[in-house]
Amino acid sequence: MIDFTFSEEQNLFRKAAREFAETEIAPHVPKMEETSRDWDPVITALGKAEMMAITIPEDYGGLGLGYVARLIALEEIAQVSVATAMMMQVGGLGIEGIVKFGTEEQKKKYLPKLATGESFSTTAVTEPSGGSDPKGCGTSYKKVNGSYVLNGRKCFITNSHIADVQIVMAISEDIPDTFSAFIVEKGTDGFKATHEERKVGMRGCNTGELEIKDCVVPAENLVGKEGKGLSIAMATISDVGRGGMVGCALGLHQACLDASKKFANERILYGKPISNLQAIQFKFADMKIDLEAGRLLGYRAAALQDKGERTGNEWAAAKYFTTEAAQRAAKHAVDIHGGYGCMEEFAVTRYLRDAYVLGPSAGTSDIMKVIVARWVLS
Amino acid sequence: MLNIVVCVKAVPEPNVANKLKIDPVTKSLPRQDIPLVINPLDSHALEAALQLKKKYGAHITIFSMGPPPAGNIVRECLALGADKGILLTDPAFAGADAFATAYTLAKAIEKNRAVDVVFCGMASSDGATEWVGPEIATFLNMPVVTMVREIVDDQGDEWIVKADYEHGYRMVKLKLPAVITVTRDLNRPKPLSFSGILKARNKEISEWNHEKLKIPTELVGLKGSPTKVTEMTPLESRRNVKLIEGSLQEKVERLVQILSEAGVV
Repeated sequence: MIDFTFSEEQNLFRKAAREFAETEIAPHVPKMEETSRDWDPVITALGKAEMMAITIPEDYGGLGLGYVARLIALEEIAQVSVATAMMMQVGGLGIEGIVKFGTEEQKKKYLPKLATGESFSTTAVTEPSGGSDPKGCGTSYKKVNGSYVLNGRKCFITNSHIADVQIVMAISEDIPDTFSAFIVEKGTDGFKATHEERKVGMRGCNTGELEIKDCVVPAENLVGKEGKGLSIAMATISDVGRGGMVGCALGLHQACLDASKKFANERILYGKPISNLQAIQFKFADMKIDLEAGRLLGYRAAALQDKGERTGNEWAAAKYFTTEAAQRAAKHAVDIHGGYGCMEEFAVTRYLRDAYVLGPSAGTSDIMKVIVARWVLS
Repeated sequence: MLNIVVCVKAVPEPNVANKLKIDPVTKSLPRQDIPLVINPLDSHALEAALQLKKKYGAHITIFSMGPPPAGNIVRECLALGADKGILLTDPAFAGADAFATAYTLAKAIEKNRAVDVVFCGMASSDGATEWVGPEIATFLNMPVVTMVREIVDDQGDEWIVKADYEHGYRMVKLKLPAVITVTRDLNRPKPLSFSGILKARNKEISEWNHEKLKIPTELVGLKGSPTKVTEMTPLESRRNVKLIEGSLQEKVERLVQILSEAGVV
């Protein structure tokens, strides 16, 4: 028999995350929206509230919780701010690379500070030449005098300007088709965050470019084995990056539903709240069914991941479904609001813009379908 | 080390309070199937205990009387930093008025261990009689100070507290052991943390019924309640719209006047 209920402890995690989001994150959202920056208060708050410690083992100062707990936290935070949830989840992406593939020295050096929020992380894979096609990576590395020298450019990197620790994927100049991953610390000579993106949605989530020019990285900063960089990047993105997107999508979806319900119960047309109208009710039904289905896909993938199983396929399915569903929900929410859905003082306008950034993050919907098709045909 | 008791009540979550249905027989509010939260003022009571624990060291025991789902509230209190939880749960306890509730809680506190101070929220968000704290004190033969907004001196066993009074405050010296009911002005409760929730895994929650307390059913619950609610009517809230006319300056001045008369500003 399958138990689909959350435990008492998981319910407490949810409550803690919700209270944190409402008191520590919500007050900063308007300014983040206005400036597309001002992320410092929320990044600091994430660290203080132990949100970055969730998946870090206790031996390294973390909470040693799993991916269900992570998904719960992301879902609650995303209800208040998808931008914050996105920075949190990509920070977790950087952490995952070190936890899963790092040496003992790397774990001891980086994880304790990542757990407390004293430092922040990310993973830098995407380039102008390759996002959906990571093998199109042009950033190169060469072994010189026992160190590695990196050259290249990354784009659309979340936390580009705020991460202290970045896992950067590069292709070998000497050995064909050989990708490796390196930990590069902020401030390293030749490693610079340059252009900051202003996105249509998730404003206040730091996204930008990295310029890498003759950047010398010590040998001990190689993550995993040389030549394993692509599989490291893909493993972390598949399991943790996409899992994080599911959290962002579920939270946004719930926010769309809550805002629409409130509006529909208050908006009077033809003498009654519009929630009485079947056309509106059918939208609620669609939103609710999609949300419940998305939750089942997401939490099942997280539970399997907590058991130690490989979950790339399950997360691809969940990521595809939940991000597409969140986009539909945001459209429904704006439609339910009518003309008010075009006015920025109503949060649903932000939800619509945020929803569209969910799609291409951690792999487009088309790429997710490629993965799922491969799963079927394997 | 101080031995502190905090009495905590599980109350209906405010967001769903309008869905509550009054039991036509007992005239009470059944708590089954309704999301429950810690009574807001009890959070302030717990925070007071936690601050004393941090300052001097203390053992904090949570007592809560309610149906089994109220155990989640006790677990939450342990996650916030209390050391032990005792849920008083028994069908015989149902329908208790403030007197029977206070009697049951007092009997449980007596049974547990010697106590230095009992903290209660001044009132619950559902019943709001404000009587349970004082009645616990009576049953335990302890002094009580209600509506405490500040603990001025907490050293030793003679404390000085500042308590609300109509149009002012009272400074009260009291000797422990004592019961203190608190207002929201006393402190700002700290939020739940993930690490606190993990620590609560190893903390004990016991469930006690009337047999464990060795009290007959005639003295608890509806049977043990000398007061009976004969009628309970929900308050219907309607929006009262008032349009203020005039220039912007006139509107602002009139609005400030209205808010001032209402005691908001």
